[in-house]
Amino acid sequence: MATDLIPTTSTATHGFGSYLRKVAAIIGKDVATELRTKEMISAMFVFSLLIIFIFNFAFDLRAENMQTLAPGVLWVAIAFAGMLGLSRSFVLERDRGVLDGLLLAPVDRSAIYLGKMIGNVLFISLVEIIILPFFIILFNQPLGTLPFLAGVVFLGSLAFASVGTLFSAMAVHTRARDVLLPIMLFPVIIPAMLAAVRLTAAILDNIPFDEVSQWLALLVAFDVIFIAASFMLFEFVVEE
Amino acid sequence: MATKAMLSQQEKSTAASTSAFSWGAILTVISGIFMLAALYMALVWAPDALNLTAPAERYAQRIFYFHVSSAWLGFLAFIVAAVVSILYLVTRKDIWDMWALASIEIGLAFFTMVIISGSLWAKPTWNVWWTWDPRLTISTICWLLYIGYIMLRGAIDNPDRRARFGAVYALLASFSVPLNWMAIRWWRTIHPAVVAPGNNADESMGSFGMSANIQTTLIFCVVAFTIFYITLMYHRIKLEQLQRRVDSLKQRLLYR
Repeated sequence: MATDLIPTTSTATHGFGSYLRKVAAIIGKDVATELRTKEMISAMFVFSLLIIFIFNFAFDLRAENMQTLAPGVLWVAIAFAGMLGLSRSFVLERDRGVLDGLLLAPVDRSAIYLGKMIGNVLFISLVEIIILPFFIILFNQPLGTLPFLAGVVFLGSLAFASVGTLFSAMAVHTRARDVLLPIMLFPVIIPAMLAAVRLTAAILDNIPFDEVSQWLALLVAFDVIFIAASFMLFEFVVEE
Repeated sequence: MATKAMLSQQEKSTAASTSAFSWGAILTVISGIFMLAALYMALVWAPDALNLTAPAERYAQRIFYFHVSSAWLGFLAFIVAAVVSILYLVTRKDIWDMWALASIEIGLAFFTMVIISGSLWAKPTWNVWWTWDPRLTISTICWLLYIGYIMLRGAIDNPDRRARFGAVYALLASFSVPLNWMAIRWWRTIHPAVVAPGNNADESMGSFGMSANIQTTLIFCVVAFTIFYITLMYHRIKLEQLQRRVDSLKQRLLYR
């Protein structure tokens, strides 16, 4: 593993291919760390399952039809579980001095951002792929919606991780740390969450795609804008 | 009338007590005069809205002038904060960080006013204090974004890092606002579209025709609020400069 992390030959330090290799190395590092402990993925999974359960109880008395609440419940579960994962994303890096090591390495700062961001998307998506069947069973939704839901969930997770990774890198340098991340992140990602909830509702209610295509456009636009902006701004966050 | 005279008297005396020709004093006096004139126009001079009949609705409609002006000021403050944040990240001059902080603090105060005055207006018109109307929602989201900025700054000790993180956050928050705006436009709205011409004002509940005098008053209020914003910015930036000077003097004394 260690040999993957350090560019061994000087010829491999230029060009797009080497940039991608560096990004892949950072993703590989995160995946390897996670595979050894599995603490983040298991915590996120159990947490989102708990949220779905708690909402089931909380709304049971008043709601006429639990199915109308399903999209909202799914996205609250994703948002909270994702927050749990993101808040851990840079804590280990900082506490064990990995971030300093990464910054000292001959790697472009944006590659660090991309690597961490893709890693976070992987973890959040993985948890959601496990949680989606449970969600469909508990809320009695048609099983055929699974692939479409997975697509929307992926785009939503991308929106979440794009700003989330940047803010997470900021939050570890503050006194309040984990407390501050949701306060910064939630207001910013509201448009993506609105779009994701609308799309999820449309999939579950079998609404024709034409009526919600604008929401898909909004979600994709959010992803593109915020990945690009975070990609450029990450340099300012980690410099020192 | 007596209070107005007293207020302007007070402004003149504060102006006299500081140096003879300071910009701050001039700005304060000008914005004081404009705000009093705006108050007079909004409460007395402007005619009642044409198609509102209930007295409560008629009086409440006068909130509109300061409500819209505050909202305008809030968004202006947000745009200024985003622009100076870019300037800070490019030039790294402390002054732009002060601009951003001052603008966001002022914007926060005025968004609080928008939400409160909107709520007071909603009760007689829509019969509820709060609806999940998109425009109400986005004002509150902007307010929350500002609060996030203030809390982020409060949690960082290193002044250089505080300025950098603040600028990054302000910039990303400003990207979020137009997307929020788009998302809420696609939702159904009951908020009166004041920009629409007066003759198709019956689209949504509580909207009203805008006669020429109403428009004049609104434009005057917006101008008055903008001058008020410039005045507040001037004083807040000055205050922040003094604050930082005190901090650096303290540091020098402590570590001498």
